[in-house]
Amino acid sequence: MGRALRHALAIAGKDLRMELRTRTSLLSAAVFAALVLMVFNFARDPTAVATVDLAPSILWVTVTFASVVAMNRAFTVERENGAFDGLLLAPVSRESLYLGKYLANLAFVLIVEAITLPLFVLFFNLDLGGALPGLLLTLLLATIGFVAVGTVFSAMVAKTRFAELMLPILLLPFMVPPLIFAVKTTVPLFAGRPLSDVLPGLRFLALYDVAFVTLSVLLFSAVVDE
Amino acid sequence: MPPADAPLVAARGLARRYGPVHALRGVDLDLHPGDVLLLLGPNGAGKSTLLRSLAGLLRPQAGSVMVAGRRLSGDDPDARRPIGLLSHQSLLYDELTLLENLVLAGRLYDLPDPRARAETVLARQALLERKDDRPRQLSRGMQQRAAIARALMHDPTLLLLDEPFTGLDAVAGDRLRALLGELRTAERAMVIVTHHASEAWDLATRVGVLVGGRWGYLGPRPADLAAFHLTYQEVARG
Repeated sequence: MGRALRHALAIAGKDLRMELRTRTSLLSAAVFAALVLMVFNFARDPTAVATVDLAPSILWVTVTFASVVAMNRAFTVERENGAFDGLLLAPVSRESLYLGKYLANLAFVLIVEAITLPLFVLFFNLDLGGALPGLLLTLLLATIGFVAVGTVFSAMVAKTRFAELMLPILLLPFMVPPLIFAVKTTVPLFAGRPLSDVLPGLRFLALYDVAFVTLSVLLFSAVVDE
Repeated sequence: MPPADAPLVAARGLARRYGPVHALRGVDLDLHPGDVLLLLGPNGAGKSTLLRSLAGLLRPQAGSVMVAGRRLSGDDPDARRPIGLLSHQSLLYDELTLLENLVLAGRLYDLPDPRARAETVLARQALLERKDDRPRQLSRGMQQRAAIARALMHDPTLLLLDEPFTGLDAVAGDRLRALLGELRTAERAMVIVTHHASEAWDLATRVGVLVGGRWGYLGPRPADLAAFHLTYQEVARG
């Protein structure tokens, strides 16, 4: 295993171990997702709009905000006891450091989504059936991209006084393009259309991932080096 | 490969501003192996800024820092390998045990057996029995020793200490002085930032006084601390 990857996995493993010990961000994000789904469930009028038409938007709104809640903690844990200085001081490339934090964030958000999806099916009484593989692929592609951007922004805002408030303000505009395409992909999938019908949307999400993962790796050093 | 008599640390023209405030104004510094620099100065003189610049944690707006012949920059992670830092904070994660914290540091420094090294440095700090405790479960003195253990995990040749005696009682302070005495070797250089020269006077080989981001004094440690106090007060007044 390469040295850079070894460092990244050590950092990601540290974040996962700390999170599994405290469950602070996973628990708060999962509870948040459940509450949002519950509010949407009771606030909608099922006779006015068909569930299948409304469900994609509700799913993505829930995933978006729950993900922001999960990512908020990524760098706030590094503020304790100046621990981030220890990472910056180590002979670890900034790319490895980014990759480690990114992998941990990606794992957190995917876990939150894995909790959210069954709740979503339960609340809205949906039969995903054949839409499930396409939906999982869409979730994965959208998550890869916005977590990449979220990791950079959570590093940027960690030293500010209102980090929890700043992260969504900075991140949400960058999440709009993948969200638009994620919703556009999810709508036909829920309507029972085949995966081949949503390939353009999936291609856009893949393109967004390549562009923003690359940009985030390049920008991270400038963000963390004072 | 740097020449044998090359300085371990060569800082040239370091300058750093925070808005209108000049924290460092063209500071030069050479440190050779075996040097122990006692870094003094009034509040806001630029001591911590200089220390963080020497650690590579702060990018100076002008000037450069070479450590063991390599320029410190974000692009060369191995240039930071010789550096150990003991800061105001412990650099330890509260959610990890002492052992886990040190093993993580060992992995990041590519040590061949991080666990064995962690147990060795914890034993040296008389913390081996507390290895499964978390930092917040320790007393202030123990936390300081744990921070020292972390700083020494990779056996650094440049040890930077930012007010290491702060918050320690007399016994813990004496213990830290004794440890720093042991760490003062011909291969290692140290910089000790403090507000009280007497805390580390006997350890020092050189003394530097920063005033307004410039050297007010930089030279060998004078023999007489009491006489130096007068010099310090003159220099600090500008």
